[in-house]
Amino acid sequence: MQVKSMHFKATSSAKLNDAVLQTALKRAKGKFVDGRAAAVAEIDAWEDIRTHAAALRDRVIANLDAYLIEFEQNAVARGAVVHWAETAEQANAIIVKIAQDNAVKIATKSKSMVSEEIALNDAMEAVGIEVVETDLGEYILQLAHEPPSHIVAPAVHKSKEEVADLFVAAHGRPRLTDIPAMTREAREVLRSKFLGADMGISGANFVIAETGTTLTVTNEGNADLVTTVPRIHCVVTGIEKVIPTLEDFATLIRLLPRSATGQSAANYLTLTTGVKAPDELDGPEQMHVVLIDAGRTKLVGSDMKEMLRCIRCGACMNHCPVYQNVGGHAYGWVYPGPMGSVLTPTYVGIENAGDLPNAATFCGECEVVCPVKIPLPDLMRKWRERQFDQALRPFGERFSISVWNAFATRPALYAFSTRIAARVASWWGGKDQRITWLPGLDGWTDGRDMPAPAGKTFRDLYAARRKR
Amino acid sequence: MKVGLFVTCLVDLVRPNIGFAALKLLEDAGCTVVVPDSQTCCGQPGYNSGARDIAKVLARKVLAEFRDCDYVVAPSGSCSGQMKVHAVEDLFKGEPEEAEFRSLAAKWFELSDFLVNVLKISAVPNAPAAIGALTYHDSCSGLRELGIKSQPRMLLSAAGATIHEMTDCEKCCGFGGTFSIKLGDISTRMAENKCVNIAASGARVLVGGDLGCLLNIEGRLRRNGDMQTKVYHFAEVMAGMTEA
Repeated sequence: MQVKSMHFKATSSAKLNDAVLQTALKRAKGKFVDGRAAAVAEIDAWEDIRTHAAALRDRVIANLDAYLIEFEQNAVARGAVVHWAETAEQANAIIVKIAQDNAVKIATKSKSMVSEEIALNDAMEAVGIEVVETDLGEYILQLAHEPPSHIVAPAVHKSKEEVADLFVAAHGRPRLTDIPAMTREAREVLRSKFLGADMGISGANFVIAETGTTLTVTNEGNADLVTTVPRIHCVVTGIEKVIPTLEDFATLIRLLPRSATGQSAANYLTLTTGVKAPDELDGPEQMHVVLIDAGRTKLVGSDMKEMLRCIRCGACMNHCPVYQNVGGHAYGWVYPGPMGSVLTPTYVGIENAGDLPNAATFCGECEVVCPVKIPLPDLMRKWRERQFDQALRPFGERFSISVWNAFATRPALYAFSTRIAARVASWWGGKDQRITWLPGLDGWTDGRDMPAPAGKTFRDLYAARRKR
Repeated sequence: MKVGLFVTCLVDLVRPNIGFAALKLLEDAGCTVVVPDSQTCCGQPGYNSGARDIAKVLARKVLAEFRDCDYVVAPSGSCSGQMKVHAVEDLFKGEPEEAEFRSLAAKWFELSDFLVNVLKISAVPNAPAAIGALTYHDSCSGLRELGIKSQPRMLLSAAGATIHEMTDCEKCCGFGGTFSIKLGDISTRMAENKCVNIAASGARVLVGGDLGCLLNIEGRLRRNGDMQTKVYHFAEVMAGMTEA
């Protein structure tokens, strides 16, 4: 996916004034935030499960090589082929070659954010293969030629009316605005694609080392059709998705749908293990699993390794006050919200995503709701430290901090300068003690007044009082 | 009991009345309060801007200034979180100075937390006669890093305040230190959302425990032309010092 994260500041300001988006975001906030709270309240041991899950994910990441090899051995034993891709380009080349070797004309896809990372659809379409997204949200966005704005609800930014227009243009049928009827129409259109596809491409929420299974969580059941009907099934996922056992999955699935959508259970869990056996009726003749690094190993053993615990529930963005106001597209790449503000600089370079780690008030809501206890504010702060150390932020910002430090470490100078500042700012505030414009602080004063200082510092007033 | 008052840089510069209100509350409760003259800043602006070394220098300065106090109290959850949480869990973790900062963290308290959980006060002495209706904004650091939630409400209620809880009282107001300047448009929108919720609460008085948030919210209220809604720090209300 094309990186537009460098435009965060300008894009986010525009999104604040996008009325359709703002309505959609308000609706989503109610659904996701309240829904999660209710679903979490069902479980007494929620905190214990979070702690256990975080430790489980840490154990996996610390032994990633061993679990991945175990997965490969077990997947191969069931007839799958495991491919290793260090980069997005390698991954695309592998998948395109599989398709071409098998004369694939149509590929159906269930939702995969990793495929968005590597821009798989573009690579397939470039060689003439038709790719059909079958997750309803992704299907809508494919018609709109837009990237997803949310990792769980990709079309959450779209209104029903916008979708109705897209369906009319693509399907040539009468315009519907009743959501169940629109969904039925999409199902009818997709049915022939499901049945006619030569290749099914799925992501994986988890891959299970002990059984060689890949696992997809959906609400629409589309992954069932994508993974079983076509003669070739290709899984594309990141290397960090491996977990040791099905029992571990039982733990994580208690957290995932509750955190993601406020559901006690997801509608469909699609587990795929190997190819169709001689005595089986359904399943693909070939199964390929493409395990992608694309930056992940840079995090292993690093001071941001906790990020690899992520199970892609989206709770951090759903609860983030910045995301809630600007939506996912402002973040300019696959992963919005706090998790994106950590991952995007890692995967596409901090020079392309410099505002993202700074797009947080460190309110801490993301860390509180994260089902695997990723310390997201701390990780964003680590990016800020790198930016400061490498002089990657604007000169004015670095300069201000250095000046602040120079004064704050010299109490006499600090006392003198704040005495002057308090008086000048108080005078500047005028009769009604409101500063409406302050040089260098227009980021504040564009939208807010600055209540003026009282005129004398606490330090001076306290000293005077002590003298009396 | 010797209590060091950490005034905070914002209170010192912008609204010293909050410092005197905190001083009064502590003295009325029987504390001997000292205010080290050389104090400036806890280092949080540098810390959250990625200037880790600067934050450490300022943290050491704070440590030295308050070393001989039995307790340190600050009228801010944000600065308190910096010293109670970030100094020990991050800045000096695993370093030789960690133990010293742990002992500082153990005796450091946010004002309302100190009154309720250290002094075990259930009602502030000399509280004003009629506080009336108000709505309370929970500042993020105090709430999520230190668990400040019931303490100010308990003391306000004990003094006769009626708290009209607003929708999303725990939602960030958009201040976030330098965030409020770096990404001013988003910050302003978050402050606006807060203003809408304050208005809907029906209360005409907003109370909070962190001056940064209060300046942000008050700044937006005034820009919107709302000159009526009063904005006070918890300490000012409890000390009966809202008219300064």
